[in-house]
Amino acid sequence: MRYESPESVEGAVALLANGAAAARVLGGGTDLLVQLRAGLVEPDLVVDIKNIRETRQITLEQGGFRVGAAVSGAELGEHAALKQAWPGVVEAVELIGSTQIQGRASMGGNLCNASPAADSVPALIAADAVCTIAGPGGRREVAVEKICTGPGRTSLAKGEFLVSFFLPERAAHCADAYLRFIPRTEMDIAVVGAGVNLSLDASGQCTAARIALGAVAPTAILVPEAGAALIGTALDDASLDAMASAASAACHPIDDKRGTVAYRVKVAGVMARRAAVIARDRARSR
Amino acid sequence: MSKTKSHVATNVNGNAVEFLCEPQQTLLDVLRDELDLTGSKEGCSSGDCGACSVILDGRLVCACLVLAVETNGHRIETIEGMAEGDSLHPLQQKFLEHSALQCGICTPGFLIAAKALLDIDPDPTETQVRYWLAGNLCRCTGYDKIVRAVLDAAAEMRAN
Repeated sequence: MRYESPESVEGAVALLANGAAAARVLGGGTDLLVQLRAGLVEPDLVVDIKNIRETRQITLEQGGFRVGAAVSGAELGEHAALKQAWPGVVEAVELIGSTQIQGRASMGGNLCNASPAADSVPALIAADAVCTIAGPGGRREVAVEKICTGPGRTSLAKGEFLVSFFLPERAAHCADAYLRFIPRTEMDIAVVGAGVNLSLDASGQCTAARIALGAVAPTAILVPEAGAALIGTALDDASLDAMASAASAACHPIDDKRGTVAYRVKVAGVMARRAAVIARDRARSR
Repeated sequence: MSKTKSHVATNVNGNAVEFLCEPQQTLLDVLRDELDLTGSKEGCSSGDCGACSVILDGRLVCACLVLAVETNGHRIETIEGMAEGDSLHPLQQKFLEHSALQCGICTPGFLIAAKALLDIDPDPTETQVRYWLAGNLCRCTGYDKIVRAVLDAAAEMRAN
């Protein structure tokens, strides 16, 4: 195994695109190093992207935020303006692992590791976040929900890597929230995760709603029917119930030690509803 | 497979340290096997137990989840740098006074993790201490004595 730490996006692409070598991108390493140790991956080349400035920065852009793919959870959690604008995204990232994991783990790694239960992914999908992917053909912009294609698999082509995320500007009366269910309060993998992002008008009517679920399908999923159940409503109990039913109906989870199919389907609606109430209350207060 | 050793220049506990390592070696491997700093323990090697906790550029991390080559140009604090000569750090002293250890394998990780907390927050609540230390596992003492020792050390450090 060879280790490289290029200082430019182009340098990283050249390394990743070059030759037949099996290459892995190293962000915070909290998944990759475990996989290396377990022998689950045996790359010829590891490309550390943390010495590329763009992957380590949080910058303002068009009123929104550009977040580098390798920014750590701890750094995100300390960014007051980002937390204010996108509390759901930040609270989702902060649920990942321990203090030690937060010191390294990144949104880019959480997405590209492509676990169906990744906490930040439903929140990013709900937020309508867009990825900037660099590759041999230049750069392209891709919605977060287009990245994962199955457990451990992404739509990134050879030579490509995720450089950054863009989180758009927030208008008044908009807010997001993320909740996950685990059987305890810390240090576990989501049984179900739910990200909700709501926009309200001045009268409190819902004008836009994006609901995304984790751990209930091979990838995190956007559930347009759940969002549609809220749009045009005052986010009253009846519309929240309809949204929860639509969320449950979109699930096709597995049975495993963390939860049965029936349990996950039920809990997905419950978590989506609770997250929607949090997002609604946040949106009303700003 | 070709294995080329990399030259890495770091700062460990305030001292410039250089070493050669293979790309797949973790920081924990190098601390223990190359630098003879065996205070950081190997528990799970998957980032779950916190026994290998070190502070990297001011951030608490698991040394088992960092490649040693990644630390080129960076600052590392380990348990070996915590006491000043024979003078224990207040956290170490309070762990002794509260009997906050039995077998001791988890202790260096708990001490470094607690130090990282008190470095940024000299007055944490019990709940904050418990959440902060959620990534450090102890299989014999239980956590109450550890949490009490951390809170007591914090109080003493604030008083001084």
